[in-house]
Amino acid sequence: MSDDPLLVPRARHGRAPDVFRPGGWVPMQQYREDEEVDFAIVGTGAGGGTLACRLAEAGFSVVAVASKKKWRPLEDFASDETEQTKLYWTDERIVDGANPLQLGSNNSGKSVGGSTVHFAMVSLRFRPEWFKARSKLGYGADWPIDWQEMWHYYDEVEQALKISGPVRYPWGPKRPRYPYRPHEVNAAGLVLAKGAEAMGIEWAPTPLATVSAPRDLSPPCVYRGFCTSGCSTNAKQSVLITWLPRALAAGAEIRDLAMVGRVAVNDAGRAIGVEYHREGRWRFQRARNVVVAGYAIETPRLLLNSATPRYPDGLANSSGLVGKNLMVQANQAVWGVMDDEIRSYKGPPSLAITEHWNYEDRGKDFFGGYAYMSQGPLPTLWANTEASGRGLWGQALMTEMEKYNHQVGLKIVGEMIPQERNRVTLADEKDQYGLPISRVTYSWCDNDRRLIAHSLRFMGQALEAAGARDIWRQEDDTCHMNGTARMGDDPRRSVVNADCRSWDIRNLWICDGSVFPTVGGVNPSLTIQAIACRTADRIRTLAARGEL
Amino acid sequence: MAERYPGYDVLAKRHTPSWNEQTRRVIDARLALPREPRFLSEDEFRTLVAIAARVVPQPADRPPIPVAALVDHKLEKNHGDGYRHAALPPLREAWRRGLGAIDQEAREAHKQPFHRLDAPTQDAVLKAAQEGRLAGAAWQGMPSALFFSHRLLRDIVLAYYSHPTSWNEIGFGGPASPRGYVRMGFNRRDPWEAAEAREDDEAAARQENKRVR
Repeated sequence: MSDDPLLVPRARHGRAPDVFRPGGWVPMQQYREDEEVDFAIVGTGAGGGTLACRLAEAGFSVVAVASKKKWRPLEDFASDETEQTKLYWTDERIVDGANPLQLGSNNSGKSVGGSTVHFAMVSLRFRPEWFKARSKLGYGADWPIDWQEMWHYYDEVEQALKISGPVRYPWGPKRPRYPYRPHEVNAAGLVLAKGAEAMGIEWAPTPLATVSAPRDLSPPCVYRGFCTSGCSTNAKQSVLITWLPRALAAGAEIRDLAMVGRVAVNDAGRAIGVEYHREGRWRFQRARNVVVAGYAIETPRLLLNSATPRYPDGLANSSGLVGKNLMVQANQAVWGVMDDEIRSYKGPPSLAITEHWNYEDRGKDFFGGYAYMSQGPLPTLWANTEASGRGLWGQALMTEMEKYNHQVGLKIVGEMIPQERNRVTLADEKDQYGLPISRVTYSWCDNDRRLIAHSLRFMGQALEAAGARDIWRQEDDTCHMNGTARMGDDPRRSVVNADCRSWDIRNLWICDGSVFPTVGGVNPSLTIQAIACRTADRIRTLAARGEL
Repeated sequence: MAERYPGYDVLAKRHTPSWNEQTRRVIDARLALPREPRFLSEDEFRTLVAIAARVVPQPADRPPIPVAALVDHKLEKNHGDGYRHAALPPLREAWRRGLGAIDQEAREAHKQPFHRLDAPTQDAVLKAAQEGRLAGAAWQGMPSALFFSHRLLRDIVLAYYSHPTSWNEIGFGGPASPRGYVRMGFNRRDPWEAAEAREDDEAAARQENKRVR
């Protein structure tokens, strides 16, 4: 088992695993630890992986450090939910508050490529007004970025991932045609369509980051349905198989199984590198710039764990906002039973979507919006939904589970409002590296509750109109997390500026979902990647001006 | 109760294009798991076996899914969820304490260890745990309702539905790489998927399921 990616780093000795060939390798540039690289990036997901690629392609020297394993999907990924929990973040975190979150499988990756290795591939743009939520819609906070600029970067990411989407997208301003044709909608998606049509709203095949036609070494999706357990055919356009091969080809180094414990700063208030644990001991990589891209829990945890006498409250925290304004997205659902056979395990889990309530504000008694999508849970996920959502066990559970192939569901990705009391702090307990673990505190506000109630009511009517019976509500589930290091125009009210650059430590950057001032009602991965592309361009511009 | 997918056996697809080598390896290892506990004590394991029999009751006419052994395996590997409720101790400690406490509650209320109680009494004890009505000293402050929902129910259900026999019961296609699926619409079944029995014609489904390869 000398090549077990769970135990031994794979990216070393001048090569990294070739994600496209079993047993294969690609050459990899390597930097000495005492060599001051331009950028040390902590994390290789939608933020860090994308940024590593774009900075390397711009000619910067880059070391991307990942606490995770570097997989070869074709040989490492089994067609099995239980085995594939190896993709999820399973180090301990503590949850509390009035509405403790459900972490792990639904929102936290532990792979090179981050959560995109097991995400459901839903690739959506923000509604333009959300970038000015405070001034245009009256809630949350404004982004320091203009939507038209973001539209340009969405174009880039959609092309980079060859998003498969509908010819006509029913909502929002005009956008270019999706690069690849939409996927066939499965029966679960057709139920969403029936319900939407009965309710008089529009629906669409979901824009997805899995290819509907061949692309280089990616075959078209074969609809095996194990998307959230990792794609074993490489149809899924994860960061692992898109941005990171480009990053390696452009000279970036990816250091896997390397847990960063501290960003080091000197007396002059500049970051000088990262302390990380790899192959049994602590090491240090020197860097001219450090980028933290660990997502909404690990990013604030690292900044808080990096406290020094000069920065006793953690790095980049003069605003006091590091760790605060954590926003998850509501993930409530309605479920029911159809007389038809649905077999929703076939195909990507969310093949149909409606963004109606993201774009329609009339008739709402809440701020924000939500999308809802069709669902395709595999057996352990479905059984756990029945058990945790309804408290079923014994014969009652077995009887419900037998209806598996007739189940349908509609599930939201719903916007929650930023609140400072929802936050990541450090617990007393330590992890295997001796680092304090995260405590994640979450409580819904009244607006969150009203949005959830609206969505459950509407989806219940839609599901009934589509012909489902025995409808029940799954009242509590959590997906994507954002916030905790928000961007803004004012150093007193934000952690980074529009360029993802720390106000306090000018060569420290944060580039992941942590920087979102608001979350919107769409899955965040496309926006995180767009922000990373923008950040790379801004860094290139600043470097050319001598302002890095 | 009649089977919904009579004669369907997901393992019959083991050598078809629906299973690749790494999947065969993983499922083989799961099926070969020892039936004896390697983490829990004999007493704890006996209680767990009895609890699992009530939470996921199994028909007597097929080899049982070794639910308790699968849970014990998770404990031995210490495979956590990546988070835990602030009122719960870590995975192993929660299970040790919870199993001891349920057995203790049974002994105090019914003068018998949990595994000796009849099924309705066992269900009543479990129901009391689910509803948070158990708070004896053996819980050491761990809320029984949280233990029941976050650990006991979750881990037992995940174990049961990780086993191929459970996939047969619910008509799940099982592993699907590299072949995947073709027929996506309403009431469309690929030839390598389970056929559901109609009320009036179980034999037809049984016949179809023999050909599932």
